This record gives sequence, structure tokens and C-alpha cells, in this order.
Amino acid sequence: MADKIAFYGKEFASRLLVGTALYPSPAIMQQAIRGSGAQIVTVSLRRETSGGRIGNAFWDLIRELGVTVLPNTAGCRSVREAVTTAQLARELFGTSWIKLEVIGDDETLQPDPVGLVEAAGVLSKDGFEVFPYCTEDLTVALRLRDAGCTVIMPWAAPIGSARGIVNREALKLLRARLPDITLVVDAGLGAPSHAADALELGYDAVLLNTAIAKAGDPVAMANAFRLAVEAGRAAYEAGLMGPRDFASPSTPVVGTPFWHAVS
Amino acid sequence: MLVILNGERTEIAAADLAGLLSEMDYEHTHVAIAVNFQVVPRVRWAQTALNSGDQIEIITPRQGG
Repeated sequence: MADKIAFYGKEFASRLLVGTALYPSPAIMQQAIRGSGAQIVTVSLRRETSGGRIGNAFWDLIRELGVTVLPNTAGCRSVREAVTTAQLARELFGTSWIKLEVIGDDETLQPDPVGLVEAAGVLSKDGFEVFPYCTEDLTVALRLRDAGCTVIMPWAAPIGSARGIVNREALKLLRARLPDITLVVDAGLGAPSHAADALELGYDAVLLNTAIAKAGDPVAMANAFRLAVEAGRAAYEAGLMGPRDFASPSTPVVGTPFWHAVS
Repeated sequence: MLVILNGERTEIAAADLAGLLSEMDYEHTHVAIAVNFQVVPRVRWAQTALNSGDQIEIITPRQGG
């Protein structure tokens, strides 16, 4: 694609960010990430009691891909947990980027907006470049911007739900009110058409994992998402026509055979 | 001494973080460590003494979304 996208001053050609979890095998994960064209992948950090060998093997696979890593704070339920996890991620991965998740509800995995804004402020002051995972709430997004975030990542629907964009009007409002923020739809996308939808709304990128990893053929699906993201962005740049309430013929009416013919 | 290592009560012999990594067979692996919610950079592992009851997290890279 011609136009590039910037996250905290770093430019990338791909507008598709993908996760590294839930694939049938490490080899398929690598092939799917390559097929997606993604240049940024999300990773996590976990306790390991077996001498660190599982983590080492995974880290070797990621480094072979030559991609930029975006560590997450998945599973954190408090500001303290999220901040410490982010600091551990910085130490482990050597990056100041952090996908900030502070979960407020186990059933929906809905972000805790209060904890999220507080943690984003703490981390931004500590030199982190924060990618907050949030709902579509405008006020929360404004507070995240005020806390120093230049990237904001609202959900389309709950994580892993594959429902696509549930609250379209709210996502459109976020785009309109935050024109200078890099907006990424993160979570809830299930089909390439959902990803294209987000790009057509003017979102800068999408982040997804389950829809590729749990597809019948993850590598083929990764390719399908790559194409959809490119199509969605191209459509946005081309300028979509607005919806109409009534039909409007596309074929010229003037000159229609038998038009106004006397019967 | 008794510490909380990755959420589990664990009896250890080591007196500092570098010793603990050796004792637990983590040497030459890619890990990061927090003691009592404070991240300890790799360069300070050898000088970081451990105390009974310390809450130690040793974490490694993992798949994530």
C-alpha cells in the first residue's frame, strides 16, 4: 500500500496487527503472520516454572519473523498489576511500547475504564508509549488522550466474540472527535469484511488474533484479512458515497426506449 | 528461607536473585524479574539480596493477543 501508518513516530506499511496466540502449531503461527503481512505482533509475558525454556523457544520463533513486538498486559485486573507487568515487558522485550489492558469484568473481558486511564497516565509519565485497549466510550478516549496516548484501541465487540462492529455510531463519533489520534479497532473482529468495515470508517488499523488463529486454514485466512484491510483502506481513501433513503437509478433515464411513448 | 515464587510458597537456599536463577535452572534463559512488585533489571540481579517472605515473579515471553 502506498500510504504508511505511524505509531508513536514509527512508520509501517501494514495496517493489520496480529496476535500470536491460539494457533494450531508454532509453524502455522509463523506462516500465518507472514501471510498477513503484519509488521507488528502482540505478545504476552507469563510465569514459567520449567526453567524458562518454553518462553525461550517462543521468543526465538518471533525473532525469526523480524517483526516489531507489542507486549500486552493481558489478564491484569488492577493498576498495580498492569504497571508492573508493563515494566517487566519493557525489561524483557526491550521496548517502551505496551498494549495496556486492565480488565474490569471476567465475563465480557470489558476494560476497566477507571483503572485504564490511571494506568495509562502512570505509564506515560514513566516513558512508555501506551496502546490502550478500551471500549468505544468517547469520554474514556478523551481521558486517554489527555493522559498522553496518541494511539487508542477501542473494541469492536468483546475479545474472541467474532461479532464485528457492534456500536458503529460510537466508533464513528470517536473517529470524528479524535482526528489526530491513531485509532485501531482491537478485538471482536471475526471476518475480513469486519476488518474492511473498520478501515472504511476511517480507522487507521485493526488488531486481531482469534479470527485468524481459529480459522479452518489460518494461513489462508491471514491472507484474506491482509486483502480486506488493504481494500478497506483504499475504499476510505477513495471516498465512499453516503447512504440514501430512496432508490436512485444508475442507468440514465433520458433516452430510455419507449419513454413517454403513447400507448 | 521461604519466599513466594511465581505465586507458590517455595523454600530456597539462594541469598540473592542471581543465585536463585541458578538454583531454579533459569540460567541462560530470557526472563524478567520483579521482587515485591518492583522490577529488578538484569544488571542488578547479582546484588539483589532476598528476604524471607519476598514475592518474586520470574516471567518469560509467551503467546498473546
